[in-house]
Amino acid sequence: MTPENEIKSAHELRKIATEYYQNLDKASKDPRKNIAWCSSVGPAELLLAFDYNVYYPENHTAILGASRSANKYIPVAVAQGYSPEICSYLTSDIGAYIKKETGLKRAYGIEKVPKPDILIYNTNQCRDVQDWFKYYAKEFQVPILGINSPTFIDELSNTHVKTVEEQIKKISETLEKITDQSFERKKLELRLQLSLECSNKWNSVLETASSIPSPLTFFDGCIHMLPAVVLRGTEIAVEYYDKLEQELKLRIENGIAAVVEESFRCFWEGMPIWGKLRALSNQFSELKTCIVASTYCNSWIFSDFNPQEPFRSMAKAYTELFINRSESSKEKYLKKMMDKFSVDGMIYHNARTCPNNSNTNYGMPKRLQNQTGIPSLQIDADLNDLNVYSEEQTKTNIEAFIEQLAGI
Amino acid sequence: MSDNSLFAGIDIGSSFTKAILINAEKKVVGLSVVHSGINLRDAAYKALEESLSTEKKKNQVKNIVTTGFGRKNAHLEDFSISNITEISCSAKAAKYLYPKDDITIIDIGGQDTKIIKIKGGKRFSFKMNRKCAAGTGTFLEELALKLRIDLKELNHLGEQSRNPVKISSYCTVFAGTEILSRIREGAKVEDMVRGAFYSIVNRVIEIDSLDNRVVLTGGVIAHNPVIVNIFEELLGKSVSVPQSPQSFVALGAAIYANEGQNK
Ligand code: SF4
Repeated sequence: MTPENEIKSAHELRKIATEYYQNLDKASKDPRKNIAWCSSVGPAELLLAFDYNVYYPENHTAILGASRSANKYIPVAVAQGYSPEICSYLTSDIGAYIKKETGLKRAYGIEKVPKPDILIYNTNQCRDVQDWFKYYAKEFQVPILGINSPTFIDELSNTHVKTVEEQIKKISETLEKITDQSFERKKLELRLQLSLECSNKWNSVLETASSIPSPLTFFDGCIHMLPAVVLRGTEIAVEYYDKLEQELKLRIENGIAAVVEESFRCFWEGMPIWGKLRALSNQFSELKTCIVASTYCNSWIFSDFNPQEPFRSMAKAYTELFINRSESSKEKYLKKMMDKFSVDGMIYHNARTCPNNSNTNYGMPKRLQNQTGIPSLQIDADLNDLNVYSEEQTKTNIEAFIEQLAGI
Repeated sequence: MSDNSLFAGIDIGSSFTKAILINAEKKVVGLSVVHSGINLRDAAYKALEESLSTEKKKNQVKNIVTTGFGRKNAHLEDFSISNITEISCSAKAAKYLYPKDDITIIDIGGQDTKIIKIKGGKRFSFKMNRKCAAGTGTFLEELALKLRIDLKELNHLGEQSRNPVKISSYCTVFAGTEILSRIREGAKVEDMVRGAFYSIVNRVIEIDSLDNRVVLTGGVIAHNPVIVNIFEELLGKSVSVPQSPQSFVALGAAIYANEGQNK
């Protein structure tokens, strides 16, 4: 992206992110305030309804990845017995904690991650979050609660939703005891309403990329998704996406493309490679290719939130995540996305330490290519661990893939 | 286009740089292989010069396409030059040599192995070995080092073996230890070598399905034709090997140069 076509709202985003982390920092120093650590699709709305300030370790560790410092920390966690083959979000984050360092220092001038009063996870994404959070529960000697979600779901059934709904209700009861505060349905309804609005707006933002040329790329999405991740359930996120959507619509009207002379449109399946976001964004731009959509950025769309049915709708929204679905249901979804975003090629990131969010291991790329005729490329890399990434080889593969799309 | 126009394809690999010169009729008129060394521009220049004979002059070269690992490092002044990836160049050469067929190209290089498929005259897909040297030339280098034999002897030894030893480790480093254990148990060197060739072929077979006309290319094939027989045995069908398997990619680049392909 050149200075002329850069997304202006990025400045505002920076302010929002700084305020979010500074508020957390302040809260951690205020004995009247409580902090909850939550996995990315954990019951954040419920925590907000109990007045917790919510911190997301996944965002922190993505900061370590994006600043390319993760590889300094991974070996520290490995030395504690965590395998280098498991989630590098976990190993980077725990490694940084052991070294008493944080990505928040360089990014926001904050010395320490906010100390949790409670930890809460949801295994809808993987088991690693559970082990990750358990480490901190022991370290900080604080309670840990979790939702054990059904996985690899084909069609979401009433039984699936019910199991999760009951667990969320139990968590709510436990939170009443821990906080000595009674559950207020109105508060949860409000948080869900705000999360729903945030999610709908975020969806509209991402859908602007179906325009040809697209006003934004997947790489922009990875940056602008922050409010949807850490500030869902707040007005701040809703307002931000309102503005961003307006800006992007204006770009469409004025024909401002995210990638100058966009010639090819690809879909990114899998996690971002945080430490190479800029390099990849530049390479694709040079190749006049816009990565128009991704499963990753879309994972924070929860259209099923319904304030009228708070617990049930939370259960539904958290459980029907893409990552949590069967191969065939993922394939159906991807085919829909390819069509919606007029995709010329599919790029699958096979993340070494996150098989949960890699869809290259059970033959999906080949099956989808055979069904749709849309060619695909597999990139072997990782979300945070750059030691398993061969940059030169990947660059050549990407270039060759675009040559293939160009019929060279 | 004057009759004496020449077109060059230069494949700047991490170990060797290969140049091919073709004329306006796409006939190969010059070929060279030089060590890449550290200065890739010099290597490209040297390869180009060596592919030109005395009666073919530099000023006849109308267009150059570079490819391979160092494709973007060769700024040869005085020439019209562009670069295209080795994957596209391989496909180009295959389409030129076998125009009527659907093709699966297997390119076994020093550090990576690629499988490129062409269907209906179009590139359909390509895949590479995972981030590991199993199934590449490095595996053979490691073997030669462990057995203290010259790389050049491997093919001859492999041909002599009657009873290849199975090497089960994928990992090049672990396979090294396995090889030493087998030797201590009394395995013959030639059987170890042939076992290593089998190991490479088995790793390659796992990368993708090898359907249609299979074409074997790359430096490892050029120096170890015994691998061709092993492929034929394991695939149960005959495979094709172009005249200069090591310069196959350079040929594709030269054809692009001839056709004036530019990105
Ligand atoms: S989904 Fe992947 S990246 Fe996220 S916590 Fe689980 S293993 Fe780590």
